[in-house]
Amino acid sequence: MQAKRWATAITAGLLALTMTACAASDRGSGGEDGATGGTFVFGAAGAPKNFDPTFNDDGESFRPARQMFDTLITYKQGTTELEPGLATAWESSPDGKTWTFTLRDGVKFHDGTALDAAAVCANFDRWFQMKGAAAQSQMIYYGDVFEGFAQNEGDASGDPVYKSCTAQDPTTAVLNLNKFKGAFPAAFGLTSFSISSPAALEQYDADAVTQSGDSFTYPAYATEHPTGTGPFRFESFDKANGTITLARNDDYWGEKAKVDKLIFKIIPDENARKQELAAGTIDGYDYPSPADYGTLKEQGNQVLIRDPFSILYVGFNTKNNPALRDLKVRQAIAHAIDRESLVRTKMPEGSAVAQEFVPPTVAGYAQQVTQYPYDPAKAKQLLAEAGQPNLTLNFYYPTEVTRPYMPNPSDLFSAMAANLEAVGITVNPVARPWNGGYKDDVQKAGKHDLHMLGWTGDYNDAGNFVGTFFGREKAEFGPQNPAMFDELAKADAIPDPAGHAAAYEKANADIMSTYLPAVPILTTGPAIVVKDNVQGVIPSPLTDERFYTVSKN
Amino acid sequence: MLRYVARRLLQVIPTLLILSVLLFAWLRSLPGGPAGALLGDKATPESIAALNRTLGLDQPVWIQYLRYLGRAVTGDFGASLVSGDPVLSELGRALPATIELAVSALLLAILAGIPLGYVAARYRARPWDNITILGTLVGVAVPVFFLGYILKQLFAVEFGLLPPSGRQAIGIDATSVTGFAILDGFLTREFDASWDAIVHLVLPAVTLATIPLAVIVRITRASVLDVLESDFVRTANAKGLAPGTVRGRHVLRNALLPVSTTIGLQTGLLLAGAVLTEKVFNWGGIGTLIAEGIERRDYPRLQAVVLLGALIYVLVNLLVDLSYAIIDPRVRLR
Repeated sequence: MQAKRWATAITAGLLALTMTACAASDRGSGGEDGATGGTFVFGAAGAPKNFDPTFNDDGESFRPARQMFDTLITYKQGTTELEPGLATAWESSPDGKTWTFTLRDGVKFHDGTALDAAAVCANFDRWFQMKGAAAQSQMIYYGDVFEGFAQNEGDASGDPVYKSCTAQDPTTAVLNLNKFKGAFPAAFGLTSFSISSPAALEQYDADAVTQSGDSFTYPAYATEHPTGTGPFRFESFDKANGTITLARNDDYWGEKAKVDKLIFKIIPDENARKQELAAGTIDGYDYPSPADYGTLKEQGNQVLIRDPFSILYVGFNTKNNPALRDLKVRQAIAHAIDRESLVRTKMPEGSAVAQEFVPPTVAGYAQQVTQYPYDPAKAKQLLAEAGQPNLTLNFYYPTEVTRPYMPNPSDLFSAMAANLEAVGITVNPVARPWNGGYKDDVQKAGKHDLHMLGWTGDYNDAGNFVGTFFGREKAEFGPQNPAMFDELAKADAIPDPAGHAAAYEKANADIMSTYLPAVPILTTGPAIVVKDNVQGVIPSPLTDERFYTVSKN
Repeated sequence: MLRYVARRLLQVIPTLLILSVLLFAWLRSLPGGPAGALLGDKATPESIAALNRTLGLDQPVWIQYLRYLGRAVTGDFGASLVSGDPVLSELGRALPATIELAVSALLLAILAGIPLGYVAARYRARPWDNITILGTLVGVAVPVFFLGYILKQLFAVEFGLLPPSGRQAIGIDATSVTGFAILDGFLTREFDASWDAIVHLVLPAVTLATIPLAVIVRITRASVLDVLESDFVRTANAKGLAPGTVRGRHVLRNALLPVSTTIGLQTGLLLAGAVLTEKVFNWGGIGTLIAEGIERRDYPRLQAVVLLGALIYVLVNLLVDLSYAIIDPRVRLR
């Protein structure tokens, strides 16, 4: 009977282990001293690429960066409005080519060096002078806004928008541009344009992005020594355990952080995030699945829904199917899709039907646009008028992806395909994995007739939406009326804010009536979930949450 | 014996070479690529194409492979596209985590599986045996992620007895020496860190152990039944040897041969199971690297991880063959 005894002993041992483990298991630090102090632990869905905002363009890399860095202009918490950041005031010349920033006095970087006009100019010069194809290729936002470098390497090819920066006096930085762009001044608030300590940039070799074989290696500045002026300082990134630890910056120029420590815990699995929250090992996490809102609230969490700043659209590719070049056919499809019901049945609360391609809060949103209410009869009639009663379309949709504007792409696709079939259109469904062919097929090769795609805006300018979508000819939409490109380019180039908005209003109205290169479907904002003892999380439409306002009790 | 081991080790080289060619070709035949994953949703097709050129991913695959091989020979396996860290240092961080998990799971499976299988065989066709068999069926049938989810829901969320995921509680500031968290705690005399590591290990290890446990139970049971009916056991019993001696020296020793083979074969499955288990429990080991690597098309990382996995598999099989020679004197290695 030895074996039997042995088995019993093992079972008993395991049981004992489990039971003692229970007694000793750490339940996370609860509220320590009410409104201030303590640690706020936030669950992130992925690891940041690195901590130098210059080389990043994804939310997971921006989230920690936003706590450590400031920008010249910032966005008022919970809105897309501009408010003073490191600059207390800014003004532009009438032609929009000269920007004068009045800097806040007495601001210090985390390494103790002073923020002054020379430091600000050093940052602008650093971006412009960046060397190396590897480094330039990672500066997506810089390339988008400033278009080119002092010396374009690799495939950078644009003419630089940036000309020079001069420190008129310690608190006045003057920026000279080669041309005005509608992105300014809002784009000065982009996380990618965070201001770093020039001393730290130099000390830690910040520009040395090196290419080893077919990958990149980032310098110490980006991996271990990000040095900004923000409310939190970088402390450590424990890669083995996937935790990023930031500590309160006691010398912060603005409202100081309420918690001592801010920890981002990287938990890629959605269910694992949910269970960690329920077990109390994290205090909150981002982008809960809309299907979980109810359960999360029942468990006593706060589900905070961001104001919508994204657009989902169904695009037409005019290249492959001549029928789609006929406005009547495109209008028929717009009338055939029951967008109200999509929003009601497939989307979380806070979503709405999109009447045009910019969210309502953006300057340049047109109040009066051509409406396309759900009307299958009218859709059929338009198809008949166009001589296309038996249209067949290849409708591409993505799989293996979830985005705020399409929590479940297959679901949305099925509903829309059924709508189209109902008016006599034959739909060939083509499902492709998001990063396994979908984006290539749609954006590079343009193999589709119809496709669904979306966008979350970066800053409050209509150009960031319609300019990005329809500003030039792209494989995604095929040949378009050049008048549309023209109109958008002209609107973007008007420096006067009132004229700028008016031109975009007209462009938005024309896009909906004359050009209709796609159908705007809906606008929505993703949620952020925190435990009920957490206060001060202000959900931002730009997902630009600053956690210095957060406290636990 | 030594010559045998040396020959087996030499055979590893062509195996890995062929595997690396196949892997290289397969990865690059997948649609999409690292550039799209690296640059995120805001990237334009132009910036993706530019990055592919910068990374040399627009070159013919064979040129890319030869370059890779040239660097690999010098020990440079590239840097991860996701993290920018050299893949070898990523592996160095992740491997101890996975070994800790896999070894714990395998030990659990062996220590519980052999006695359970033996007892089931001894009490063949009685209720205990039937319960065991049913249990093994369930163990094999329940998907890892489902089991992991349920265990977490019970022990972490409902009862709050064990941590839900990860390897370390926040606030435990453990010093890493070897990367094996339990061992490190003992080495640095930070026993609370060791304890914390053990506590974090319980649920994932149990989850990962279920399938090998079920397999070991069944193999042990079948093998013991075979041996119990063999002539030499009958002879031993007839000679009047003490029952304990018969069971230990005759029955178990002979019955363990097929079991040890099974354990060797389980290693491959264990590595596969570890991928899922690590995802569910946010374990941060090799499995996590693979899952993230596939999602983001991290070629350098995947190449290194798969080659390492193959190397481990080959070495484990060698160990199994060696253990054969030790358990069964009739086996001669040549």
